[in-house]
Amino acid sequence: MQDNSDKKNEPRQFKSEVKNLNFYYGGFNALKNIDMVLHDKKITALIGPSGCGKSTFLRCFNRMHDLYPGNRYEGEIILYPDDVNILASNVDPIEVRMRISMVFQKPNPFPKSIYENVAYGLRVRGIKQRAILDERVEVALRNSALWDEVKDRLHHLAFNLSGGQQQRLCIARALATDPEILLFDEPTSALDPIATASIEELITDLKSKVTILIVTHNMQQAARVSDYTAYMYLGELIEFNVTDTIFIKPKNKQTEDYITGRFG
Amino acid sequence: MKSVNNLEEIRRIISLHKRWDLLFMIAGIFALMIAVLTFMALFAHMLIDGMPRLSWDFFTSFPSRRPESAGIFSAWVGTTLVMLVTAVAAVPLGIGSGVYLEEYAPRNLLTEIIEINVTNLAGVPSIIYGLLALGLFVYQLGFGQSILAAGLALALLILPVVIVATREAIRSIPVTIREGAYALGATKWQTVSDHLLPYSSAGILTGIIIGLARAIGETAPIITIGALTFIAFLPPSPIKNEFPYVSIEWLTAPFTVMPIQMFNWVSRPEEAFQLNAAAAGLVLVVMTLAMNGLAIYLRYRMRKNIKW
Repeated sequence: MQDNSDKKNEPRQFKSEVKNLNFYYGGFNALKNIDMVLHDKKITALIGPSGCGKSTFLRCFNRMHDLYPGNRYEGEIILYPDDVNILASNVDPIEVRMRISMVFQKPNPFPKSIYENVAYGLRVRGIKQRAILDERVEVALRNSALWDEVKDRLHHLAFNLSGGQQQRLCIARALATDPEILLFDEPTSALDPIATASIEELITDLKSKVTILIVTHNMQQAARVSDYTAYMYLGELIEFNVTDTIFIKPKNKQTEDYITGRFG
Repeated sequence: MKSVNNLEEIRRIISLHKRWDLLFMIAGIFALMIAVLTFMALFAHMLIDGMPRLSWDFFTSFPSRRPESAGIFSAWVGTTLVMLVTAVAAVPLGIGSGVYLEEYAPRNLLTEIIEINVTNLAGVPSIIYGLLALGLFVYQLGFGQSILAAGLALALLILPVVIVATREAIRSIPVTIREGAYALGATKWQTVSDHLLPYSSAGILTGIIIGLARAIGETAPIITIGALTFIAFLPPSPIKNEFPYVSIEWLTAPFTVMPIQMFNWVSRPEEAFQLNAAAAGLVLVVMTLAMNGLAIYLRYRMRKNIKW
């Protein structure tokens, strides 16, 4: 449960720190007393069987649960360097979503052009100047390894792209606004193996730019892309450590059973 | 492996069971035909009676005591203007209410009561709306027996249709698209105006047209507020030659509409007036069908680029 290898680290090497987080869907306690950290500019993977709360946990980071009535957070998610608890009721969820972007399970491009999809987050922030939009759309598309494929058809509908391209477009959309943390909710579960490989490669490349938290039900994926891995079960964080340690020498019996495929 | 005997037994059972498929199919076609044939018979009857009366003059003549020179000029102009008022009133009110209920309203008892009421309003007999309009628009607000009062009465009548259509259209947008917009930091209004309304416009438009197609044939509320059955003049023109070029005088003018003109002719004893009524009915049915056709076409056109 404790992250031994980094105990000597100062908090400033953390991008975020989760302190005693509980989350409730109405009366149901979906996340129980979670303590964890996100290391700055590293990839942290959340693994665990279906229904273990990993997506619920991820969606706390951009206050997605605020969209639906009856949901309640307890505890803190501290965002560094400014030391703000993003779950605090006086923090506007919209402000949180402007700092922390998300990529969803199924590619969800808007039924607009490729360009408008990427530019939308910028438009929401009030950016209107064409030159700035053009530049940042291009940078985002380059960073998501999509630019060469779409540069000649920026104003075509995003729906005409393949599934893998759509997901990279959604990554570009999330990147265009320079988020501090990028959340991925099983980003490859709707994609074929080739598209999955390109998304994984992209996620690895993005590490230098942004802190990443990724939910995956694919353990090989967690092993391939992440630096840290958290294993969750029934709303609890069972074990959190450097990915290699989790996969080679897990301390907890439950983690070992799950990773070796004995259940889950 | 099963023996051949067993296979024959299986085939026998399958063919026995398939008899029910056949039976239901025949019953289903029969049930469908009752609806289709009734409409076709009605339409054919109107066509035979009314077709000979349809001519340019029929559309450009005012009603008259002589059936052969009577026309529907004041009626179709009245219907068009009343529909204009209905649309202008019902569209913003209906879309606004629908968006509010779907996206803004807190989930509580009050909202639920409002939702149930909106759904129930669609089932209120239209004459009740007529009574409401008579008391509220005609007397209380002093609009008189005017196009404005009639248009607003019909707007109330179709408001639930527009609200429900708006809500359904918004609800058919996948939740991942909504969340995608919110996840980028959009406010509710940005999500509604940049995403939900544009993507649901086909469904909303369909609802509006179907609502208007219902309103165009409504007679009871219009009679209740006191539309005249015999009108041999047009309302003042909405377009003027001098500044400001538009006029709203027509809103307060007395009027008649297509179904009332029909009603007037049907209640005459002379056979020739019955033919006029059939011809007017034909025009009304074609108008309604055309509106429904437009709704289907628009839905098809606007959904072509949207595949969820």
